[in-house]
Amino acid sequence: MTDFIDAFRRAVGLIGTLDPTLVEILGLSLKVSFSAVVIASLLGFAIGGALAVYRFPGRSAVSAVLSALMGLPPVVAGLTVYLLLSNVGPLGVLQLLYTPTAMIIAQVVLVTPIIGALTRQSCQDLLEEYDEQLRSLGASSSDIVVTLLWDGRYRLITAVLAGFGRAIAEVGAVMIVGGNIDHVTRTMTTAIALETSKGNIALALALGIVLLGLAFAVNAALIGVQRLANRFAYA
Amino acid sequence: MLDSTSPLQALEGHLASPPLPVELKELVYEAGSKRVINGIDLTIDTRRISAIMGPNGAGKSVLLRLMHGLIAPTRGEILWAGRRVDRLMARRQAMVFQRPILLRRSVAANISHALGLRGIERGERAIRVGEALRLAGLQRHASTPARVLSGGEQQRLCLARALSLEPDVLFLDEPTSSLDPASTLAIERLLLDAQRRGIKVILVTHDVGQAQRLAHDVIFLHRGCVIEHQDSESFFTNPRSEGAQAFLSGGLVL
Repeated sequence: MTDFIDAFRRAVGLIGTLDPTLVEILGLSLKVSFSAVVIASLLGFAIGGALAVYRFPGRSAVSAVLSALMGLPPVVAGLTVYLLLSNVGPLGVLQLLYTPTAMIIAQVVLVTPIIGALTRQSCQDLLEEYDEQLRSLGASSSDIVVTLLWDGRYRLITAVLAGFGRAIAEVGAVMIVGGNIDHVTRTMTTAIALETSKGNIALALALGIVLLGLAFAVNAALIGVQRLANRFAYA
Repeated sequence: MLDSTSPLQALEGHLASPPLPVELKELVYEAGSKRVINGIDLTIDTRRISAIMGPNGAGKSVLLRLMHGLIAPTRGEILWAGRRVDRLMARRQAMVFQRPILLRRSVAANISHALGLRGIERGERAIRVGEALRLAGLQRHASTPARVLSGGEQQRLCLARALSLEPDVLFLDEPTSSLDPASTLAIERLLLDAQRRGIKVILVTHDVGQAQRLAHDVIFLHRGCVIEHQDSESFFTNPRSEGAQAFLSGGLVL
Protein backbone atom coordinates (compact mmCIF):
# COMPACT_ATOMS: atom_id res chain seq x y z
CA MET A 1 0.00 0.00 0.00
CA THR A 2 2.82 2.40 0.85
CA ASP A 3 4.34 1.48 -2.50
CA PHE A 4 1.15 2.50 -4.19
CA ILE A 5 0.88 5.75 -2.28
CA ASP A 6 4.47 6.49 -3.12
CA ALA A 7 3.88 5.72 -6.80
CA PHE A 8 0.82 7.91 -6.80
CA ARG A 9 2.76 10.75 -5.20
CA ARG A 10 5.49 10.44 -7.82
CA ALA A 11 2.87 10.27 -10.58
CA VAL A 12 1.35 13.53 -9.45
CA GLY A 13 4.88 14.94 -9.32
CA LEU A 14 5.48 13.89 -12.93
CA ILE A 15 2.33 15.68 -14.03
CA GLY A 16 3.03 18.71 -11.84
CA THR A 17 6.56 19.18 -13.15
CA LEU A 18 5.48 18.50 -16.74
CA ASP A 19 7.94 15.65 -17.01
CA PRO A 20 9.47 15.73 -20.54
CA THR A 21 8.88 12.01 -21.16
CA LEU A 22 5.26 12.33 -20.16
CA VAL A 23 4.77 15.47 -22.25
CA GLU A 24 6.38 13.85 -25.27
CA ILE A 25 4.13 10.80 -25.03
CA LEU A 26 1.04 12.93 -24.47
CA GLY A 27 1.97 15.12 -27.44
CA LEU A 28 2.32 12.17 -29.79
CA SER A 29 -0.94 10.65 -28.58
CA LEU A 30 -2.83 13.87 -29.18
CA LYS A 31 -1.20 14.40 -32.57
CA VAL A 32 -2.02 10.89 -33.78
CA SER A 33 -5.59 10.78 -32.49
CA PHE A 34 -6.37 14.35 -33.50
CA SER A 35 -5.11 13.79 -37.06
CA ALA A 36 -6.99 10.50 -37.28
CA VAL A 37 -10.24 12.09 -36.10
CA VAL A 38 -9.95 14.99 -38.56
CA ILE A 39 -9.49 12.59 -41.47
CA ALA A 40 -12.15 10.18 -40.17
CA SER A 41 -14.59 13.08 -39.77
CA LEU A 42 -14.20 14.18 -43.37
CA LEU A 43 -14.63 10.59 -44.57
CA GLY A 44 -17.44 9.86 -42.12
CA PHE A 45 -19.45 12.97 -42.99
CA ALA A 46 -19.20 12.22 -46.70
CA ILE A 47 -20.02 8.53 -46.34
CA GLY A 48 -22.79 9.05 -43.79
CA GLY A 49 -24.41 11.89 -45.72
CA ALA A 50 -24.27 10.01 -49.01
CA LEU A 51 -25.72 6.84 -47.46
CA ALA A 52 -28.66 8.80 -46.06
CA VAL A 53 -29.53 10.62 -49.27
CA TYR A 54 -28.45 8.70 -52.38
CA ARG A 55 -30.34 5.59 -53.47
CA PHE A 56 -28.16 2.86 -54.95
CA PRO A 57 -28.13 -0.94 -54.97
CA GLY A 58 -26.55 -2.39 -51.84
CA ARG A 59 -27.16 0.78 -49.86
CA SER A 60 -28.70 -0.92 -46.86
CA ALA A 61 -25.97 -3.56 -46.86
CA VAL A 62 -23.30 -0.86 -46.78
CA SER A 63 -25.14 0.88 -43.93
CA ALA A 64 -25.35 -2.38 -41.98
CA VAL A 65 -21.63 -3.09 -42.45
CA LEU A 66 -20.77 0.45 -41.39
CA SER A 67 -22.83 0.11 -38.22
CA ALA A 68 -21.29 -3.27 -37.46
CA LEU A 69 -17.80 -1.80 -37.88
CA MET A 70 -18.53 0.66 -35.09
CA GLY A 71 -17.66 -2.20 -32.78
CA LEU A 72 -14.51 -3.16 -34.68
CA PRO A 73 -11.95 -4.41 -32.12
CA PRO A 74 -8.89 -2.14 -32.22
CA VAL A 75 -6.53 -5.10 -32.53
CA VAL A 76 -8.36 -6.21 -35.65
CA ALA A 77 -8.11 -2.70 -37.12
CA GLY A 78 -4.41 -2.78 -36.23
CA LEU A 79 -3.91 -6.19 -37.76
CA THR A 80 -5.66 -5.17 -40.98
CA VAL A 81 -3.55 -2.06 -41.38
CA TYR A 82 -0.45 -4.05 -40.41
CA LEU A 83 -1.10 -6.52 -43.22
CA LEU A 84 -1.59 -3.68 -45.69
CA LEU A 85 1.55 -1.84 -44.66
CA SER A 86 3.91 -4.74 -43.98
CA ASN A 87 6.75 -5.30 -46.41
CA VAL A 88 4.86 -8.04 -48.23
CA GLY A 89 1.58 -6.15 -48.14
CA PRO A 90 0.09 -4.13 -51.02
CA LEU A 91 1.25 -0.83 -49.48
CA GLY A 92 4.58 -2.17 -48.21
CA VAL A 93 6.59 0.00 -50.58
CA LEU A 94 5.49 3.07 -48.66
CA GLN A 95 7.55 1.88 -45.67
CA LEU A 96 5.02 3.26 -43.21
CA LEU A 97 4.95 0.48 -40.65
CA TYR A 98 6.08 1.59 -37.16
CA THR A 99 5.61 5.27 -37.94
CA PRO A 100 3.06 7.73 -36.52
CA THR A 101 1.48 7.79 -39.99
CA ALA A 102 0.70 4.09 -39.70
CA MET A 103 -0.90 4.75 -36.34
CA ILE A 104 -3.03 7.51 -37.81
CA ILE A 105 -4.17 5.21 -40.60
CA ALA A 106 -5.11 2.49 -38.11
CA GLN A 107 -7.11 4.91 -36.01
CA VAL A 108 -8.83 6.30 -39.11
CA VAL A 109 -9.94 2.73 -39.89
CA LEU A 110 -11.20 2.44 -36.33
CA VAL A 111 -13.00 5.78 -36.06
CA THR A 112 -14.45 6.34 -39.56
CA PRO A 113 -17.22 3.76 -39.07
CA ILE A 114 -18.22 5.40 -35.79
CA ILE A 115 -18.48 8.89 -37.25
CA GLY A 116 -19.91 7.56 -40.53
CA ALA A 117 -22.68 5.54 -38.91
CA LEU A 118 -23.65 8.29 -36.48
CA THR A 119 -23.65 10.81 -39.35
CA ARG A 120 -25.87 8.57 -41.44
CA GLN A 121 -28.33 8.22 -38.57
CA SER A 122 -28.42 11.97 -37.96
CA CYS A 123 -28.93 12.74 -41.65
CA GLN A 124 -31.60 10.09 -42.01
CA ASP A 125 -33.60 11.44 -39.06
CA LEU A 126 -33.43 14.97 -40.43
CA LEU A 127 -34.28 13.87 -43.95
CA GLU A 128 -37.50 12.29 -42.74
CA GLU A 129 -38.54 15.69 -41.49
CA TYR A 130 -37.12 17.86 -44.29
CA ASP A 131 -37.58 15.72 -47.39
CA GLU A 132 -40.73 17.26 -48.86
CA GLN A 133 -39.74 20.81 -47.98
CA LEU A 134 -36.31 20.46 -49.55
CA ARG A 135 -37.69 18.86 -52.68
CA SER A 136 -40.33 21.57 -52.88
CA LEU A 137 -37.53 24.12 -52.79
CA GLY A 138 -35.82 22.30 -55.66
CA ALA A 139 -32.80 20.98 -53.78
CA SER A 140 -30.50 18.56 -55.60
CA SER A 141 -29.18 15.48 -53.80
CA SER A 142 -25.88 17.18 -53.05
CA ASP A 143 -27.75 20.27 -51.75
CA ILE A 144 -29.68 17.95 -49.46
CA VAL A 145 -26.51 16.28 -48.12
CA VAL A 146 -24.94 19.66 -47.34
CA THR A 147 -28.14 20.90 -45.68
CA LEU A 148 -28.50 17.78 -43.54
CA LEU A 149 -24.85 17.84 -42.43
CA TRP A 150 -25.08 21.47 -41.36
CA ASP A 151 -28.42 21.05 -39.62
CA GLY A 152 -27.11 18.00 -37.81
CA ARG A 153 -23.99 19.87 -36.70
CA TYR A 154 -24.54 19.36 -32.99
CA ARG A 155 -25.04 15.65 -33.41
CA LEU A 156 -22.00 15.49 -35.67
CA ILE A 157 -19.87 17.24 -33.06
CA THR A 158 -21.04 14.59 -30.63
CA ALA A 159 -20.04 11.91 -33.10
CA VAL A 160 -16.60 13.46 -33.55
CA LEU A 161 -16.07 13.63 -29.81
CA ALA A 162 -17.13 10.00 -29.45
CA GLY A 163 -14.64 9.11 -32.17
CA PHE A 164 -11.89 11.05 -30.43
CA GLY A 165 -12.66 9.33 -27.13
CA ARG A 166 -12.37 5.98 -28.85
CA ALA A 167 -9.11 6.86 -30.63
CA ILE A 168 -7.27 8.36 -27.68
CA ALA A 169 -8.14 5.44 -25.41
CA GLU A 170 -7.47 2.47 -27.70
CA VAL A 171 -4.27 0.49 -27.36
CA GLY A 172 -4.51 -2.46 -29.74
CA ALA A 173 -4.30 -0.69 -33.09
CA VAL A 174 -1.47 1.70 -32.31
CA MET A 175 0.47 -1.06 -30.55
CA ILE A 176 0.40 -3.36 -33.59
CA VAL A 177 1.19 -0.83 -36.33
CA GLY A 178 3.26 1.57 -34.21
CA GLY A 179 5.31 -0.90 -32.26
CA ASN A 180 5.56 1.29 -29.14
CA ILE A 181 9.03 2.59 -30.08
CA ASP A 182 10.48 5.03 -27.55
CA HIS A 183 10.44 8.65 -28.81
CA VAL A 184 8.82 7.57 -32.09
CA THR A 185 5.54 5.74 -31.68
CA ARG A 186 4.97 5.56 -27.95
CA THR A 187 1.50 6.79 -27.01
CA MET A 188 -0.17 7.06 -23.64
CA THR A 189 -1.95 3.74 -23.87
CA THR A 190 1.01 1.73 -25.18
CA ALA A 191 3.29 3.39 -22.63
CA ILE A 192 0.91 2.52 -19.79
CA ALA A 193 0.91 -1.12 -20.90
CA LEU A 194 4.71 -1.20 -21.14
CA GLU A 195 5.56 0.75 -17.99
CA THR A 196 3.11 -1.28 -15.92
CA SER A 197 4.72 -4.53 -17.06
CA LYS A 198 8.15 -3.04 -16.34
CA GLY A 199 7.06 -2.09 -12.83
CA ASN A 200 7.36 1.67 -13.48
CA ILE A 201 4.01 2.29 -11.89
CA ALA A 202 4.56 6.03 -11.36
CA LEU A 203 4.77 6.91 -15.07
CA ALA A 204 1.95 4.49 -15.90
CA LEU A 205 -0.24 6.08 -13.26
CA ALA A 206 0.63 9.59 -14.35
CA LEU A 207 -0.35 8.74 -17.94
CA GLY A 208 -3.47 7.03 -16.67
CA ILE A 209 -4.51 10.13 -14.76
CA VAL A 210 -3.98 12.33 -17.82
CA LEU A 211 -5.94 9.91 -19.97
CA LEU A 212 -8.78 9.86 -17.49
CA GLY A 213 -8.72 13.65 -17.43
CA LEU A 214 -9.04 13.70 -21.22
CA ALA A 215 -11.96 11.30 -21.04
CA PHE A 216 -13.70 13.59 -18.55
CA ALA A 217 -12.99 16.61 -20.72
CA VAL A 218 -14.48 14.90 -23.78
CA ASN A 219 -17.53 13.94 -21.78
CA ALA A 220 -17.97 17.45 -20.42
CA ALA A 221 -17.74 18.77 -23.96
CA LEU A 222 -20.43 16.29 -25.05
CA ILE A 223 -22.79 17.50 -22.35
CA GLY A 224 -22.03 21.13 -23.21
CA VAL A 225 -22.82 20.57 -26.88
CA GLN A 226 -26.07 18.84 -25.97
CA ARG A 227 -27.15 21.72 -23.74
CA LEU A 228 -26.36 24.27 -26.41
CA ALA A 229 -28.33 22.32 -28.99
CA ASN A 230 -31.33 22.03 -26.69
CA ARG A 231 -31.29 25.72 -25.92
CA PHE A 232 -31.64 26.58 -29.59
CA ALA A 233 -34.14 23.77 -30.16
CA TYR A 234 -31.65 22.32 -32.60
CA ALA A 235 -31.47 18.84 -31.14
CA MET B 1 -47.93 42.24 -35.98
CA LEU B 2 -48.27 43.17 -39.59
CA ASP B 3 -48.16 46.66 -40.98
CA SER B 4 -51.56 47.93 -41.91
CA THR B 5 -50.21 49.34 -45.17
CA SER B 6 -49.47 46.87 -47.90
CA PRO B 7 -46.33 45.06 -46.85
CA LEU B 8 -45.74 44.04 -50.41
CA GLN B 9 -45.06 47.48 -51.81
CA ALA B 10 -41.39 46.74 -52.23
CA LEU B 11 -42.20 43.76 -54.38
CA GLU B 12 -44.99 45.27 -56.40
CA GLY B 13 -42.74 45.66 -59.40
CA HIS B 14 -42.73 41.93 -60.00
CA LEU B 15 -46.24 40.87 -60.85
CA ALA B 16 -46.47 37.14 -61.08
CA SER B 17 -47.72 35.51 -64.24
CA PRO B 18 -49.06 32.12 -63.26
CA PRO B 19 -49.01 29.44 -65.99
CA LEU B 20 -52.76 29.01 -66.28
CA PRO B 21 -54.97 27.18 -66.84
CA VAL B 22 -53.92 24.14 -64.91
CA GLU B 23 -55.54 21.04 -66.32
CA LEU B 24 -55.75 17.68 -64.58
CA LYS B 25 -56.56 14.88 -66.97
CA GLU B 26 -57.82 11.48 -65.83
CA LEU B 27 -55.55 11.75 -62.85
CA VAL B 28 -55.07 8.59 -60.79
CA TYR B 29 -52.79 8.04 -57.85
CA GLU B 30 -52.44 4.73 -56.09
CA ALA B 31 -50.57 4.18 -52.84
CA GLY B 32 -50.05 0.43 -52.64
CA SER B 33 -53.42 -1.08 -53.46
CA LYS B 34 -55.34 1.98 -52.31
CA ARG B 35 -56.57 4.40 -54.91
CA VAL B 36 -56.19 7.79 -53.30
CA ILE B 37 -56.98 9.87 -56.37
CA ASN B 38 -59.61 8.22 -58.48
CA GLY B 39 -59.70 9.72 -61.95
CA ILE B 40 -59.82 13.46 -61.57
CA ASP B 41 -60.56 15.78 -64.48
CA LEU B 42 -60.30 19.38 -63.44
CA THR B 43 -59.46 22.75 -64.93
CA ILE B 44 -58.56 25.75 -62.79
CA ASP B 45 -58.44 28.95 -64.74
CA THR B 46 -58.65 31.80 -62.27
CA ARG B 47 -55.83 33.91 -60.94
CA ARG B 48 -57.67 34.23 -57.67
CA ILE B 49 -57.50 31.90 -54.69
CA SER B 50 -58.79 28.36 -55.15
CA ALA B 51 -59.68 26.24 -52.14
CA ILE B 52 -59.65 22.46 -52.04
CA MET B 53 -62.06 21.14 -49.44
CA GLY B 54 -63.39 17.79 -48.36
CA PRO B 55 -63.50 15.33 -45.49
CA ASN B 56 -60.41 13.64 -44.10
CA GLY B 57 -58.88 11.09 -46.41
CA ALA B 58 -60.55 12.58 -49.48
CA GLY B 59 -57.14 12.98 -51.10
CA LYS B 60 -56.73 16.75 -50.71
CA SER B 61 -53.10 16.72 -49.59
CA VAL B 62 -52.19 14.13 -52.20
CA LEU B 63 -53.82 16.20 -54.92
CA LEU B 64 -51.78 19.21 -53.86
CA ARG B 65 -48.55 17.16 -53.89
CA LEU B 66 -49.37 15.82 -57.35
CA MET B 67 -49.93 19.33 -58.66
CA HIS B 68 -46.66 20.49 -57.12
CA GLY B 69 -44.80 17.51 -58.57
CA LEU B 70 -43.69 16.13 -55.21
CA ILE B 71 -45.23 12.80 -56.18
CA ALA B 72 -45.88 11.39 -59.63
CA PRO B 73 -49.35 10.29 -60.72
CA THR B 74 -49.96 6.61 -61.35
CA ARG B 75 -51.89 7.59 -64.48
CA GLY B 76 -53.05 10.74 -66.16
CA GLU B 77 -51.31 14.07 -66.39
CA ILE B 78 -51.20 17.59 -65.07
CA LEU B 79 -50.61 20.47 -67.46
CA TRP B 80 -49.79 24.04 -66.53
CA ALA B 81 -50.61 26.21 -69.52
CA GLY B 82 -50.17 23.07 -71.55
CA ARG B 83 -46.84 22.04 -69.97
CA ARG B 84 -46.01 19.21 -67.61
CA VAL B 85 -44.30 20.02 -64.33
CA ASP B 86 -40.59 19.89 -65.11
CA ARG B 87 -37.70 21.38 -63.21
CA LEU B 88 -38.28 24.79 -64.65
CA MET B 89 -41.98 24.75 -63.85
CA ALA B 90 -41.25 23.52 -60.33
CA ARG B 91 -39.08 26.57 -59.76
CA ARG B 92 -42.10 28.77 -60.38
CA GLN B 93 -43.99 27.06 -57.56
CA ALA B 94 -43.69 27.03 -53.79
CA MET B 95 -45.48 25.19 -51.05
CA VAL B 96 -46.31 25.67 -47.38
CA PHE B 97 -46.97 22.50 -45.42
CA GLN B 98 -49.45 21.85 -42.67
CA ARG B 99 -46.75 21.57 -40.02
CA PRO B 100 -44.05 24.23 -40.35
CA ILE B 101 -40.84 22.61 -41.59
CA LEU B 102 -37.95 24.83 -40.53
CA LEU B 103 -34.23 24.25 -40.60
CA ARG B 104 -32.18 24.28 -37.42
CA ARG B 105 -30.90 27.74 -38.22
CA SER B 106 -31.84 31.33 -37.60
CA VAL B 107 -35.00 32.85 -39.02
CA ALA B 108 -33.05 34.80 -41.63
CA ALA B 109 -30.91 31.79 -42.54
CA ASN B 110 -34.03 29.75 -43.25
CA ILE B 111 -35.09 32.18 -45.95
CA SER B 112 -31.57 32.68 -47.23
CA HIS B 113 -31.09 28.92 -47.57
CA ALA B 114 -34.22 28.58 -49.69
CA LEU B 115 -33.11 31.45 -51.93
CA GLY B 116 -29.69 29.82 -52.27
CA LEU B 117 -31.28 26.59 -53.45
CA ARG B 118 -33.08 28.54 -56.15
CA GLY B 119 -29.76 29.98 -57.29
CA ILE B 120 -30.38 33.57 -56.13
CA GLU B 121 -27.12 35.47 -55.74
CA ARG B 122 -25.88 36.58 -52.34
CA GLY B 123 -26.55 40.29 -52.70
CA GLU B 124 -30.07 39.73 -53.96
CA ARG B 125 -30.61 37.16 -51.20
CA ALA B 126 -29.94 39.69 -48.45
CA ILE B 127 -32.43 42.12 -49.95
CA ARG B 128 -35.12 39.49 -50.30
CA VAL B 129 -34.54 38.15 -46.80
CA GLY B 130 -35.09 41.66 -45.43
CA GLU B 131 -38.28 42.10 -47.46
CA ALA B 132 -39.62 38.71 -46.46
CA LEU B 133 -39.00 39.35 -42.77
CA ARG B 134 -40.73 42.69 -42.94
CA LEU B 135 -43.63 41.11 -44.79
CA ALA B 136 -44.09 38.53 -42.08
CA GLY B 137 -43.44 40.98 -39.25
CA LEU B 138 -40.45 38.97 -38.11
CA GLN B 139 -37.67 41.58 -38.38
CA ARG B 140 -37.06 41.47 -34.65
CA HIS B 141 -36.46 37.75 -34.88
CA ALA B 142 -34.01 37.73 -37.80
CA SER B 143 -31.26 36.07 -35.80
CA THR B 144 -33.50 34.03 -33.50
CA PRO B 145 -33.25 30.25 -33.93
CA ALA B 146 -36.28 29.50 -36.11
CA ARG B 147 -37.45 26.59 -34.02
CA VAL B 148 -37.92 28.59 -30.84
CA LEU B 149 -40.55 30.80 -32.51
CA SER B 150 -44.19 30.24 -31.58
CA GLY B 151 -46.30 28.03 -33.84
CA GLY B 152 -47.93 31.02 -35.51
CA GLU B 153 -44.61 32.75 -36.10
CA GLN B 154 -43.14 29.55 -37.50
CA GLN B 155 -45.93 29.20 -40.03
CA ARG B 156 -45.63 32.88 -40.94
CA LEU B 157 -41.94 32.31 -41.53
CA CYS B 158 -42.72 29.34 -43.76
CA LEU B 159 -45.08 31.50 -45.79
CA ALA B 160 -42.57 34.37 -45.92
CA ARG B 161 -39.93 31.91 -47.11
CA ALA B 162 -42.23 30.62 -49.84
CA LEU B 163 -43.13 34.17 -50.93
CA SER B 164 -39.48 35.25 -50.97
CA LEU B 165 -39.00 32.84 -53.86
CA GLU B 166 -41.44 35.01 -55.83
CA PRO B 167 -43.42 32.03 -57.07
CA ASP B 168 -46.13 32.20 -59.72
CA VAL B 169 -48.07 29.46 -57.95
CA LEU B 170 -48.31 28.93 -54.20
CA PHE B 171 -49.68 25.76 -52.62
CA LEU B 172 -50.75 25.58 -48.99
CA ASP B 173 -51.79 22.45 -47.15
CA GLU B 174 -54.04 23.47 -44.24
CA PRO B 175 -51.58 26.16 -43.21
CA THR B 176 -53.63 27.45 -40.27
CA SER B 177 -55.15 24.25 -38.93
CA SER B 178 -53.29 24.45 -35.63
CA LEU B 179 -53.02 28.23 -35.28
CA ASP B 180 -54.87 30.71 -33.09
CA PRO B 181 -57.17 33.32 -34.70
CA ALA B 182 -54.58 36.13 -34.69
CA SER B 183 -51.97 33.99 -36.42
CA THR B 184 -54.59 32.75 -38.85
CA LEU B 185 -55.54 36.32 -39.68
CA ALA B 186 -51.90 37.22 -40.31
CA ILE B 187 -51.53 34.29 -42.71
CA GLU B 188 -54.77 35.14 -44.51
CA ARG B 189 -53.69 38.75 -45.01
CA LEU B 190 -50.44 37.58 -46.54
CA LEU B 191 -52.36 35.28 -48.87
CA LEU B 192 -54.70 38.02 -50.03
CA ASP B 193 -51.67 40.25 -50.64
CA ALA B 194 -50.02 37.47 -52.60
CA GLN B 195 -53.12 37.09 -54.71
CA ARG B 196 -53.19 40.82 -55.42
CA ARG B 197 -49.65 40.49 -56.65
CA GLY B 198 -50.81 37.96 -59.19
CA ILE B 199 -49.70 34.79 -57.45
CA LYS B 200 -52.01 31.86 -58.03
CA VAL B 201 -52.85 30.46 -54.59
CA ILE B 202 -54.19 26.92 -54.21
CA LEU B 203 -55.14 26.12 -50.66
CA VAL B 204 -56.32 22.99 -48.89
CA THR B 205 -58.47 23.96 -45.95
CA HIS B 206 -60.88 22.41 -43.52
CA ASP B 207 -62.07 25.75 -42.32
CA VAL B 208 -65.31 26.80 -44.01
CA GLY B 209 -64.94 30.35 -42.73
CA GLN B 210 -61.46 30.60 -44.16
CA ALA B 211 -62.58 29.35 -47.55
CA GLN B 212 -65.40 31.90 -47.54
CA ARG B 213 -63.00 34.69 -46.63
CA LEU B 214 -60.35 33.79 -49.17
CA ALA B 215 -61.49 31.58 -51.99
CA HIS B 216 -62.84 32.53 -55.36
CA ASP B 217 -63.65 28.94 -56.24
CA VAL B 218 -63.98 25.73 -54.27
CA ILE B 219 -63.01 22.26 -55.38
CA PHE B 220 -64.82 19.71 -53.25
CA LEU B 221 -63.14 16.33 -53.01
CA HIS B 222 -64.68 13.12 -51.79
CA ARG B 223 -63.05 9.68 -51.89
CA GLY B 224 -60.47 10.75 -54.42
CA CYS B 225 -62.96 12.33 -56.82
CA VAL B 226 -63.90 15.94 -57.48
CA ILE B 227 -67.62 15.95 -56.82
CA GLU B 228 -68.09 19.69 -57.06
CA HIS B 229 -66.18 22.66 -58.46
CA GLN B 230 -67.82 26.05 -58.57
CA ASP B 231 -67.30 29.61 -57.48
CA SER B 232 -67.31 29.90 -53.74
CA GLU B 233 -70.38 32.06 -53.43
CA SER B 234 -72.65 29.53 -55.05
CA PHE B 235 -70.78 26.66 -53.40
CA PHE B 236 -71.50 27.97 -49.94
CA THR B 237 -75.04 29.18 -50.55
CA ASN B 238 -76.18 26.42 -52.82
CA PRO B 239 -73.99 23.32 -52.82
CA ARG B 240 -75.11 20.89 -55.49
CA SER B 241 -73.67 17.62 -54.25
CA GLU B 242 -74.97 15.72 -51.26
CA GLY B 243 -71.46 15.34 -49.91
CA ALA B 244 -70.84 19.09 -49.92
CA GLN B 245 -74.27 19.77 -48.43
CA ALA B 246 -73.54 17.39 -45.56
CA PHE B 247 -70.03 18.81 -45.13
CA LEU B 248 -71.27 22.38 -44.95
CA SER B 249 -74.15 21.62 -42.63
CA GLY B 250 -71.65 20.11 -40.25
CA GLY B 251 -72.79 16.57 -40.83
CA LEU B 252 -70.39 13.68 -40.99
CA VAL B 253 -69.31 12.89 -44.52
CA LEU B 254 -68.16 9.30 -44.80
